[in-house]
Amino acid sequence: MDLKTKYLGLTLKSPLVASASPLTEDLKGIQKLEDAGASAVVLPSIFEEQIRAEQLNLFYHTTQGTYAYAESLTYFPEMKEYRFASEQYLELIRKAKEKVNIPIIASLNGATLGGWIEFAKKIEQAGADALEMNIYFIPTDLDLSGNDIENTYIEIVKSVKSNVNIPIAVKLSPFFSNFANMAKRIVEAGANALVLFNRFYQPDVDLENLEVKPSITLSTSHANRLPMRWIAILKHKLNCDFAATSGIHTSDDVVKMLLVGANVTMLCSALLKNGVFYLLQLERELIEWMVEHEYSSVQEMIGVMSREKASNPNVYERAQYVRAITSYKF
Amino acid sequence: MYAVMDGNEAAAYVAFRVNEVIAIYPITPSSNMGEWCDEWAAKGYKNIWGITPTVVEMQSEAGAAGTVHGALQAGALTTTFTAAQGLLLKIPNMFKIAGELTPTVFNISARALATHALSIFGDHSDVMAARMTGFGMMASSSVQEVMDLELIAYASSLESRIPMIQFFDGFRTSHEENKIVVVPDDVMREMMPDELIKAHRLRALNPERPVIRGTAQNPDVFFQNRETVNRFYAACPEIVQKTMDKFATFTGRQYHLFDYFGHPEAERVIVIMASGGETAEETVKYLVKNYDERVGVIRVRLYRPFSIKHFIDAIPSSVKAIAVLDRTKEPGAPGEPLYLDVVDAFYEYFSNGNTKFAQFPKIVGGRYGLASKEFTPAMVKAVFDNLKLDKPKNHFTIGIIDDVTFTSLEYDPNFSIEPENVVRAMFYGLAADGTVGANKNSVKIIGENTDLYAQGYYVYDSRKAGTLTVSHLRFGPEPIRAPYLISKANFLACHQTVFIEKYHMLHNLVPEGTFLINAPFEGEELWNFFPLSVQKQILDKNLKVYYVDAQKVAEESGMGRRINTIMQVCFFALSGILPREQAIEAIKESIVRTYGKKGDEIVRMNIQAVESTLENLKELYVPQKITATRDVWPPVPDNAPEFVKKVEGEIIAGRGDYLPVSVFPVDGTWPTATTQYEKRNIALEIPVWDEKICIQCGKCAFVCPHATIRIKVFDPKYLENAPSTFKYTDARDKEFAGMKYSIQVAPEDCTGCAVCVEVCPARDKTNPKHKALDMYPQLPLREQEKINWDFFLSLPDIDRRRIKVTNIRQQQIQRPLFEFSGACTGCGETPYVKLLSQLFGDRLLIANATGCSSIYGGNLPTTPFAVDENGRGPTWSNSLFEDNAEFGFGFRLAIDKQKEIAVNLLKGLASQVGEVLVEEIINARQKTEPEIYEQRERVAALIEKLKEIDTPEAKKLSTIADYLVKKSVWVVGGDGWAYDIGYGGLDHVVAMGKDVNLLVLDTEVYSNTGGQSSKATPLGAVAKFAANGKPAFKKDLGWMVMSYKNVYVATVAFGAKDEHTLKAFLEAEAYEGPSVIIAYSHCIAHGIDMTQPLKQHKLAVDSGQWILYRYNPELAAEGKNPLIIDSKEPNVDVAQYMDSEIRFRMLAHSNYELANYLKEMERKYVVERYKLYKHLSEMSYDEFSIAGKK
Repeated sequence: MDLKTKYLGLTLKSPLVASASPLTEDLKGIQKLEDAGASAVVLPSIFEEQIRAEQLNLFYHTTQGTYAYAESLTYFPEMKEYRFASEQYLELIRKAKEKVNIPIIASLNGATLGGWIEFAKKIEQAGADALEMNIYFIPTDLDLSGNDIENTYIEIVKSVKSNVNIPIAVKLSPFFSNFANMAKRIVEAGANALVLFNRFYQPDVDLENLEVKPSITLSTSHANRLPMRWIAILKHKLNCDFAATSGIHTSDDVVKMLLVGANVTMLCSALLKNGVFYLLQLERELIEWMVEHEYSSVQEMIGVMSREKASNPNVYERAQYVRAITSYKF
Repeated sequence: MYAVMDGNEAAAYVAFRVNEVIAIYPITPSSNMGEWCDEWAAKGYKNIWGITPTVVEMQSEAGAAGTVHGALQAGALTTTFTAAQGLLLKIPNMFKIAGELTPTVFNISARALATHALSIFGDHSDVMAARMTGFGMMASSSVQEVMDLELIAYASSLESRIPMIQFFDGFRTSHEENKIVVVPDDVMREMMPDELIKAHRLRALNPERPVIRGTAQNPDVFFQNRETVNRFYAACPEIVQKTMDKFATFTGRQYHLFDYFGHPEAERVIVIMASGGETAEETVKYLVKNYDERVGVIRVRLYRPFSIKHFIDAIPSSVKAIAVLDRTKEPGAPGEPLYLDVVDAFYEYFSNGNTKFAQFPKIVGGRYGLASKEFTPAMVKAVFDNLKLDKPKNHFTIGIIDDVTFTSLEYDPNFSIEPENVVRAMFYGLAADGTVGANKNSVKIIGENTDLYAQGYYVYDSRKAGTLTVSHLRFGPEPIRAPYLISKANFLACHQTVFIEKYHMLHNLVPEGTFLINAPFEGEELWNFFPLSVQKQILDKNLKVYYVDAQKVAEESGMGRRINTIMQVCFFALSGILPREQAIEAIKESIVRTYGKKGDEIVRMNIQAVESTLENLKELYVPQKITATRDVWPPVPDNAPEFVKKVEGEIIAGRGDYLPVSVFPVDGTWPTATTQYEKRNIALEIPVWDEKICIQCGKCAFVCPHATIRIKVFDPKYLENAPSTFKYTDARDKEFAGMKYSIQVAPEDCTGCAVCVEVCPARDKTNPKHKALDMYPQLPLREQEKINWDFFLSLPDIDRRRIKVTNIRQQQIQRPLFEFSGACTGCGETPYVKLLSQLFGDRLLIANATGCSSIYGGNLPTTPFAVDENGRGPTWSNSLFEDNAEFGFGFRLAIDKQKEIAVNLLKGLASQVGEVLVEEIINARQKTEPEIYEQRERVAALIEKLKEIDTPEAKKLSTIADYLVKKSVWVVGGDGWAYDIGYGGLDHVVAMGKDVNLLVLDTEVYSNTGGQSSKATPLGAVAKFAANGKPAFKKDLGWMVMSYKNVYVATVAFGAKDEHTLKAFLEAEAYEGPSVIIAYSHCIAHGIDMTQPLKQHKLAVDSGQWILYRYNPELAAEGKNPLIIDSKEPNVDVAQYMDSEIRFRMLAHSNYELANYLKEMERKYVVERYKLYKHLSEMSYDEFSIAGKK
């Protein structure tokens, strides 16, 4: 069975990619994923504010209270060098490239133009096969228009694109007035692939302390409907690859995503929940489905259920009212 | 090669290069030498033979000395660093090392020994106490000499086999930064010949050629055997001189055992050692050049072995009078050591019929500079003037006013020899604003990048929070040899606006000098802001005044309160030391050099600040008239007691140097309860209470490190004269029905740490952002809250018997008898000490180990332990670092003994006093507050009755009847004491079974000396002396102590479970045997957000890093399991806790893989440890248990 797929100019042995998660944050984890059959890994996102905050944090905490009292002029030894998460990240890319054979996709997260974009260059130099840009922020400024936000996104993509030669994928949220238009502009700005969608961690309310608290929950299969729809809609309209992410838990989910047009499916919650060797099961079940449905390669499957090719494409557009409309008879 | 460094670094520089084993232990001011070596070893730097020395931290200086002795005996080139009490602990081994003729050098930043008080500052009392050990002693006067003489000491020691002390003045030299010539490695190699090292190794213990060393000898041979070393001592001075000469051939810097400088026909000569010699020499130069005075100075380089020949040779034959200056005091001796040596040298010289001198010179001795007391050219001149007299004063003091025994010489403080071509700059900064760091940079910029010479010295506050720093910087074309503070500055900067209202500073400026102030005001507004004396001095001296709103520039650059770079740019722009453009470039380069490795962001912010500064720097047009109506704040309020005003107030005002001998207590006894008069006003924001939503839980008062947020419950009748803004509400607890409840903040004492706000659980239901406590700017609230605070204090304390002490919401109403200490903002130790003072303060004796708690507990000017309305309160003393448990144990023995005597007397007087009263007193149960109250009443009645009985027994009893009321003995100290240096004593004391309570304030590092690793430091934490992360697990002290079975043990963390902490304190005190409480104390040395430290307690407990438990032997006596685990099974990944503190994260910054590995180890360890405890707590106990049997 030919499970090969192409994503970001890379030929992957299967469409099962490990997306950014704690599982990909160190070499051991990455090696384990390779052993379990992941065709590529996306490293955890390195955040724009993380690069900045980490330095400020270290500086603040190693200088607070210093040179105040004669006996304790400082509180920490001076290290030979300080490797920040950003440098450790580059080191991880280097090591991963050295030790594993599957492609390594780095991930950079930010939403403003700034010096951090140059970090993309360092990622390329460290040997990453591709770069996933994770662009989002929560606009709370009432005077900031959607147009301004969209333009900033486009500028970021262009800026990164002009800094690196490796392919870039852009991971987006669906929250744009016209997502299709935004997707088009992103691709025109240079994105080689779209990763749909970014699943925000939504905060929660602590009822006891009346505080807002960060909350991390794993996805369920239900979350995959949104990317499924948009990949289907955009598959043959945009000249780029698609990665499906969010809510891919079962081999059926994988199959569905490939059918609507995803070049790869990205797994996170499923692996966190079931362990990395769940990949073997998914692969086996994918093959079983393909055998049963007489597909000999993944390439054959990709996009056969896209909006262009599906027998009832309007469902993608009017999903919410579809039953009401079709059940009405004069 | 030139470099700027301080004395400690210079010493460490050589020591690291010419040694193989280095044994260290922290003690101020020598700790930095060990820190440098540890850091360099961690970085893999090599010595001159291409190997990285092994650097080991021991449990005490005694341990370090033992290790040095052993390493030397086994053939390694070995060294150590220490000072003060640390040197004393090394003395036993030093006798051995010297007795065995073993070459080594001990580097000592000489410091005052604790006598009537502790002092961290410099004098020679420590090295003088070690002069009998047989070590040679070399004195260095300057940073350059530290580097040079240290190498000479190592080389001489190798050849002579006499071990050496190489000492220099603590702080004055150890911490002075100066531009020096670095001794190249190849010179070091030349100075340390292989054959001498080989000889050392061949003398080592080695089973290939076995010997025995360290025999025991009898009266028949010990004496004559001891005399065998004489020839080595006799040969040593020549060897040292030969080594000095050899050193000179490589470096051009020629030293002699005794260096004479001055008039070739000098009649008056000073003999002096160490940094004072620099001052004396510069003064001599000035007096000879300008006044042709026949004066000179002998600078002693090799003090032991003392070579009379070399000494006499160095002195000009014209000498008529000699003053010998000792930086030490030997009470009861006919004179101080160097003086007696000089007298003896002349006596021996003359006795032998020698004739170099026409007559036996007059020789007088004097003391100077104890504990870093300033020693200035003016004082040198006074000493020379004394020698002019027919009968010069002998056994004099210089630098103080002795109005009791009249030893002091007068001097003219205006006498100055400061050259015209030296820029002298002073900077008054706040510790948090980074002033010292920037000044250190300036010294480096100029010292290392220009032909100019530079010197930096920094004076710090005696408080750890909100502190003033004064930087003294000199720059000039000649080497700067001025080891004393600047008093005639030509540039002075005030980095914090408020300081000009608090401190007199402009008297330090010369006429026409430049004054720079960081202020948010301009023009007339700024002028009007200046206090009266400031305006007056500006006009009288015609000062040029510049100002900059550095805070604004800093905020715009993202630098918050750190205004250092901005003020540095202003200094360079105004001082003209370098052309402006060049200076700016140099600052930028220095920023990249300093901060580059810590990240581009920091560099970017600083560069931005540099670029925005000059446009904000302006000159003030000085109106030629005084407009101020107020002056600099008085140091203490008018209502302060006389002693506080006369003595402590003067110290606060910075005039302590001028206080005469007569005002001081003679035996180190000072009054308590005086911090209340030192209104420091350091908080930018203070908490404001909303009585409407407060749930009266008491947690705010519990966590407050400075006892500045207080609770009272009182009768409404007292509200009659309440100020209009005074807040109160109905007391909620049913026991206090009908009473009022108030929470009040001391606005001028609060440090603004905001921990009370963190802990406050009461939120406004309609606006959860608002809590019952929110922080608001202090300044607008200050006056109003001062009035409210005074009113609050005037309200009576509730009868302690009415307070349910087992419950924090009520217990916190107890008045703290530990208040407004000098601890860090947000300190994690002081809430425990305060709790002690609340619970048992009126009958509390504290034995306090040296460390943070002894500093905030007992550092002048004022003292934080307070008294209640009856005048009772904690009584406190600090013995040493290493003996605290034993010290407190002594308290217990004395109390018990006096109680025993009292009981015996009481029994004998029973018929006169009344049998019933006697029985009641003797058999009183004194476990609860009411029981103790009743006993106090009985004892008061007894004392009244005793007044009527005119017998010696009654009189005797009345002086000790107090001991019939239970006394609570607490031994308080940090982990350095309990886990390391004092562990042996702690172990022994708890094993003795007496009723002593030990409180271990566990910050998991030596906090007071700057965060060195202790055995309490957890695995993976980066600390000084553990720069590569602590490689071992934290010692489980509680576990070890529990093994005695009869010791009450608890581990507490108030931020995780405050009620548990309270319970443990009550149980420990009630337990009539030894108790140990190990208290998790967050610390600035953990690298955490000090405004939210309590979440670290929670994380530590939830992750299992810190288990809460109580081991109560009384339970075992009842057949129950004595161990109760009070925290849940770990439910948070310990890595989450570790990632939340910089001390752990730092390791990930330097060695990610190791950090992860250690994290993994810790994960396993915390789970395993919890299981172990759990298992122990679930074992069944029966009547056969031996626990609880005392």
